Amino acid sequence: MWTTLVRERAVSSLPPEKLLPDRQPSYVSSWIYVFGVATIAALIVVVISGMILGLGGPTWWHTTSLGRFFNGIHLWGVEIFFFAMVVHLWGKFFMGAWRGGRGRTWVTGATTFLIAIGAAFTGYLSQQNFDSQWIASEGKDGLNSVGIGAFFNVANFGQMYTFHVILLPVAVMALVVWHVLLVRRHGVVPPYPAKSSLGPGPASPPGEGSAP
Amino acid sequence: MSTAPPPAAPDPAAPWPGPFIRYDLVKELVIALGVVTLLTLVLTILFTSPDDPPVTIQSWSRAAPRDFVTTSLSELAGTSEIAEYGPPYNHTPEATQKIGPLDLQSAAGVRIPIDTARDFVLEPLRSVPGQPHLQLAIRAYETAPPKLREAWIAAYEAALERARFPGATIALPTGRYGPVAPMMTALLGLAQSGGLDGDLLANEHTFYQTNYTKPLLFLSGGEYFEERAEGQHLLGTQWGMMNETGSYPGQVWLWLYTVWYQIEPFLESPNADALIFVLMGVLSLAFVCIPFIPGLRDLPRHLRLYRAVWRDHYREVEGDPG
Repeated sequence: MWTTLVRERAVSSLPPEKLLPDRQPSYVSSWIYVFGVATIAALIVVVISGMILGLGGPTWWHTTSLGRFFNGIHLWGVEIFFFAMVVHLWGKFFMGAWRGGRGRTWVTGATTFLIAIGAAFTGYLSQQNFDSQWIASEGKDGLNSVGIGAFFNVANFGQMYTFHVILLPVAVMALVVWHVLLVRRHGVVPPYPAKSSLGPGPASPPGEGSAP
Repeated sequence: MSTAPPPAAPDPAAPWPGPFIRYDLVKELVIALGVVTLLTLVLTILFTSPDDPPVTIQSWSRAAPRDFVTTSLSELAGTSEIAEYGPPYNHTPEATQKIGPLDLQSAAGVRIPIDTARDFVLEPLRSVPGQPHLQLAIRAYETAPPKLREAWIAAYEAALERARFPGATIALPTGRYGPVAPMMTALLGLAQSGGLDGDLLANEHTFYQTNYTKPLLFLSGGEYFEERAEGQHLLGTQWGMMNETGSYPGQVWLWLYTVWYQIEPFLESPNADALIFVLMGVLSLAFVCIPFIPGLRDLPRHLRLYRAVWRDHYREVEGDPG
């Protein structure tokens, strides 16, 4: 059965000791590692607060103090999400985290960042206040100038709201799951070679560069 | 736990042969979730979130009737920014932005057709009931020769500087405005009553509405809208793309996108939007593809900032502070 093959492949790629290990290499001992999980934590806060806002509908937060409270949670969750994600990305860049066959891990993470920008942009357009109006009136010019605005109309609240509450969050969450599974499968990238291990020549350290 | 010493040159593609430390990923996530939740709660309680009310056609026409009528006149004359925008709203020649010879704006076509005179002025006025004189004025305007229409509009535009706006009417010096005068007065009355907001949103074929393209494009033609944005430091020249109303942080992550709008050659380029969009597209693609770009992927090794991240590891294998 093909389902058996799928199950066996999944278990062999990500056995429990890789998926949820109880140990990490000794070099995983820096505060920079906190920002990856902080990004996921902020994403959880953003998704849950967004779902609560969705229960009341797009105008709820303008008319009730409870709605305004959850909109605040949503907004600050987004700010923390991007802050943590940017620090995480810079950290991974300076660590050359794509080495040793971890190219796809970087690609999924970087793509998540770009899709998340779109999710936030459509969120700002869905606020139904002056900020939304202004962002739509300015944003249309950039999108129209390359033909995208003809299909992705920032003044169409229904279209932007759908992108914000369903399409883009699903894409972000799917990419985050993929990214985390890749991290668990390949492990955390080890340090670059120490000074003492490098010879006098222009040798490239093992595993430099990457293949997906 | 392994007692093997950490290797000085670990192979990133091979399993780690050195020592391990205890690590509970679930515990880490739970703690992070708790901290982030607490932080968002504190920030929400301290600062809440901004919610500057939207501008409506009604609030605009009441607060700035002269600006509203001036804008409406340009929509009727077909000289407004939207009237001359080009795709996706209309077919204005030579209005599009280009990337060299590439005209993607035209290639996408006119998919959201807007005729500002018809959609923003004439059709809403036609919907006003119980005013036969207004309907006669509209017919007179539509059947008049183009040159005569232009003359009426030019005369009206010139007189607007001396206009007064008592109540929902427009007091103008005597002049040859033709049907334009009663049309503009009726449009101002319709706008101030709130009727124009509904007319621009309504579609005769549907009951539910979610598309605000027409009222938003109309609003964006007025100075009132821009002045309010300027007051909230949202203009492009104020780095507005990454700002929020009030003193709140906005889309700060768009800092690089807005940087290009502040510098040459984009600052004065008529194709700035298209050029910056493509530039950011190329930069974004490069960002995603860093692991596969020779030189760029080697940059971290040369920058050596990784030594700060792994300082404990290097201290152990090199025997110095790193």
